[in-house]
Order: sequence, then C-alpha cells, then structure tokens
Amino acid sequence: MPTAVEYEALWLSLKVAMTATLISLPLAMIAAWLLARTTFWGRAALDAVIHAPLVLPPVVVGYLLLIGLGTRGPIGAWLDQTLGIRLIFTTSGAVVAAAVMSFPLMVRAIRLSLDAVDTGLEWAARTLGASRLDAFFSVTLPLMLPGVVSGCIVAFASSLGEFGATITFASNIEGETRTLPLAIYTAIQTPDGDRVALRLVLLSLTLAVGALALAEVADRRVRRLLGRP
Amino acid sequence: MIDVTVRKQLGAFVLDADFRAPGRGITALFGRSGAGKTTIINLVAGILAPDAGRIAIGADVFFDAATRVALPPNERRVGFVFQDARLFPHLSVERNLRYGLRRTRTTDSPIAFDTVVDVLGVGQLLPRLPHTLSGGERQRVALGRAMLAQPRLLLLDEPLASLDAPRKAEILPYIERLRDEFRLPMIYVSHSLDEVIRLADHLLVVSDGRIAASGPLVDVVSRLDLQPLLGRFEAGSVVDCTVASHDGHYLLTTLQFDSGRLRVPLVDRPVGAAIRVRLRARDISVAVSEPRDLSISNALAGTISAFAERDGVFVDVTISVGATTIRALVSRESRDRLGLAVGQSVWALIKTVALDNRSLGFLRPPRP
Repeated sequence: MPTAVEYEALWLSLKVAMTATLISLPLAMIAAWLLARTTFWGRAALDAVIHAPLVLPPVVVGYLLLIGLGTRGPIGAWLDQTLGIRLIFTTSGAVVAAAVMSFPLMVRAIRLSLDAVDTGLEWAARTLGASRLDAFFSVTLPLMLPGVVSGCIVAFASSLGEFGATITFASNIEGETRTLPLAIYTAIQTPDGDRVALRLVLLSLTLAVGALALAEVADRRVRRLLGRP
Repeated sequence: MIDVTVRKQLGAFVLDADFRAPGRGITALFGRSGAGKTTIINLVAGILAPDAGRIAIGADVFFDAATRVALPPNERRVGFVFQDARLFPHLSVERNLRYGLRRTRTTDSPIAFDTVVDVLGVGQLLPRLPHTLSGGERQRVALGRAMLAQPRLLLLDEPLASLDAPRKAEILPYIERLRDEFRLPMIYVSHSLDEVIRLADHLLVVSDGRIAASGPLVDVVSRLDLQPLLGRFEAGSVVDCTVASHDGHYLLTTLQFDSGRLRVPLVDRPVGAAIRVRLRARDISVAVSEPRDLSISNALAGTISAFAERDGVFVDVTISVGATTIRALVSRESRDRLGLAVGQSVWALIKTVALDNRSLGFLRPPRP
C-alpha cells in the first residue's frame, strides 16, 4: 500500500493540475477569441508567445519563469514586495509552471472549436437584440463547449505529467511542489527506491484511467446538452 | 420612410447606393447575384459598416458618417431573415423563437408569441431541435424568430433561394400573411421577378452596386429601359385590379382596374378583393381597329406611347390604357405592315387563356 507521503504527492498533483486548469481557462478563452476572431497589431507575436512552451524544452520554460518570476526577477520582485506572493519553492509556483506548459494545448483546442462556430449565427443573435457579450455567452460559448471541455481535459492531463518546468522553477520540495512525476523521479534517484517508484507508477496509472473515464462522461454530457449524437 | 445613402468598398466591388423607400409594405431589392443587394441590407442591419453615408428609418438615425452615429445591430430593432435560416442549433424551436422576444425592451405594439406561432403554423415544431426540421420549416421558424424580436423593419435576404419550388410555394403565403397581419415594413431581397411581383409594392432595381431604378412596382416593371436588367422573358406589365364580379356559368371572373376590365378564369377571391395581374408582353397582340368576330374577350382601347426594338425580330410596344401602361410584343414586320406609330389609337388583345394561374398567381389579400 502507498504511504502517506505518496498519497500526499498524488493529492498535490491533483490540486496543482486542477488549479492550473481553472486559472488557464478564462485566459485561454480570451486568447483563443483574440486569435480566432480579431486582427490587431502584434497578433502573430501573441500567437508565438502562447505556443512557445509547446516547442521549447520544459527546462527552458522553467528557467525563463525563474528569471521573470523569481524573487529577483522583475515581476517576481514586485509580487514579493507589494503582494507578498512568492512563487518559487511553493505550490503556487508549481501551478504557474503547469499552467504555462499546458496553456498552448488548451488554447488550441478552444480555438479550433471557436473557428467551427459560424459567425453568421452570432450576427443573427445581434440582429435579435443581443449585445456582443450576450451573443457570445448565449450562442458562441454553448456551441464551442465541446472544445472547451476537451481543452480542459488535455490541459489537466498535461499538468498532471508536468515535470521539467516545475522542477526548474518551483523546485522539488516534499509537500509543496513534489507532484507525482517529481516523486517518481526522486524515488528513482534514491538507493532501493524501486518499490516506491513502482507504487507511484501504479498510482499514476490509476489516476490516468480515472481521469480519462471522467473526460468521456463530460464529453457525452456536453454533446447531449447540444442535442448532437 | 427608409432613407439610405451609402458607400462601401469590399475589395474591388464598390457599392454606391442612394434610395428612399416607403415606411410600409414590401420593398423589393431586385438584381442579379453580385449586384450588391445583400450588401445593402447588411449595411441597414448593421452587420457591415458603410465607409460613408447615412442610414435612417423615419426619425431614427442608424448611421451617419457626418455626426459619427453608428448604432450596433442589437440597438436597431431591425429583423433579419437569412437565406440559410441560421437557427441556433443548440436551442429548441421554441427557444429560438423566444430568443429575440426575451431581449426586447419595448412594450409598444407587441407581436405576440401565440399569434406568430399560429400564423406560421409552427406549433407542432416547438420542442424540436433545428437539425430535425425540413428546409421550409426552418425558414418559417426563422421568420417567426425575427418577427418576435419586435422589429420596426424586417429584412429578408433571399429567404426562398435555398428552397425547391414546392417549398417556395409553401413559404410565400406565410410571408404574405406576415405582411398583412403585422403591417411591418419589409425589404425583400430577391433575384426572382416572380417573387418580387407577387409580394412587393415598391421596387428597387440594383445593378453593379448602384440603384438603377426605384419606384412603385407597377411603374418600374413596365419600364422599357430596364429591359436588360429585368430579363427578356420576364418582360411585361403588372396591373393592380379588384374583383368586380364572378360568372358561375362560364367560370369567369371580371377584374376592374382604373381604366378598364379584364376577364380571367374564375378566381377564388371575394368581390372587392385586390388582385395583381401580370400581363406578359408576348401574350398580348395589337389591333388597329376595334376587333370583332374574335374569340379574344379582353380588348383594351389605348394609345401607343413608345416603341423599343428587340433582337431585330421583335418590337416592344408600350400602350397607354388610361393611366395604366401595358406592353405588347409584336414582330417588326407586323409593326410596319400595320403602320403602327406613336400616338396611334389601338386595341390591346389579351386571351383569357393566357391569364392562367401563373399570371394570376400574384394574388394579394384584400387591403382595408
């Protein structure tokens, strides 16, 4: 049976992935909307920045986060001094690392579904008296819901597996930033840690299967809501 | 009064339209595809913004480049029926119908949900989702949805174009019922002269991004100079009549117009009902003396007011019968043989048989 420490790693992983997904969601919707429905100066640059974590090695992303959000980084120093928030060596830091790494995946899924929504339907809503925001929430959002759900699932799953950026930026601290992948890595590095590693791997597998099943249920619900087979 | 002066460039296409249309009845925007009809109503609805100009309905200004007014579409109260219906796929028919209704802020002259459902016959469809409806049903729901948003103007963008002939025939009476039940001004975009003649009171002919002609439908349709725009086989004239009497024995109806009478096959309309008759130029012959010993029962006395040659073989003859204009198509040889000239008194002969359902299909319900 897994020990309390191992369960803690599991719980921490879930917490980090869930929080990262929830924080990313509104931002990813705004980013997807900007990329799919607007043209502005710097749009290509925004696209590149959002997609950078997909092409950069995770360690590089972690290092860039450290430079920017570390206590001596420009943003990190400001956060520390004015709000008293420290990201390095904390769970919040692990959340930020996971969110940044999974962000492009979420934006891509949402953007694809947004592209599939006919703008003609939005104009129809406008002529029926709906403001832009009203048309978005009453027509666009329900129709892109399958993409939002799958974006969340992908982001959650990739957050569960996030390793490189987390260990570089938030470090590997038991109970704070040691999520399942980091715990497995630590166990492998420890002499005679094979059994611990194996138990953690089994725990990861169970988690993965459970998450997939939940995702399937969510997807079916949404489809039924939209009246599609 | 609908007052539009707009300029809009879309790529290489330039729309430069300037027109006024009455604030009641149906105004048709007629022209070939690509002429700029849909662009015009998109500008009126606020889906597109003009580069310059002014759009106003009565005293309400929707757009004015000079005073920097540009109302968003949701504040214009302009209903829009799209060619492809555009029902919200995730909402039931009832929730589609109520979409605009829920968002109205006005209380003046409300168009009631039950009335619209009844007029359009969509009561059975209320719980269904749009993807389960036929094309005709979808278009009826789209009409109802637009009406229920309590618009002060309804724009219809070729609402029948994506339907087959039987479906078209199914929808047309509903549009007529909406026109007569709710007295809402409508702008009806179409490239079908049949539909336009059947429905419209006022006609705007659009060509290459400009308004080529504007006026009461009966006048514009008879204009010779619009021949190339209206299409050669459609040529003819339109006469608004009322039912004068029925002859049950010979199964004929006599129609009265301002300067004469027409006998047509029995029409199922009460005496006094308004009927629009379309007279095709090719169905009309010309006689220089009062015809006798002829089977033709419709002979209208008038004077020739103009000629226009067509294709070398035919001549379009415009005949004024009182205040009504009628057009006849005769061969050039006939014209010269009879010595037809402008100002000459002639008789326009119309076979009753020619006034079949096709030309009498343009029935209008009685107007009080």
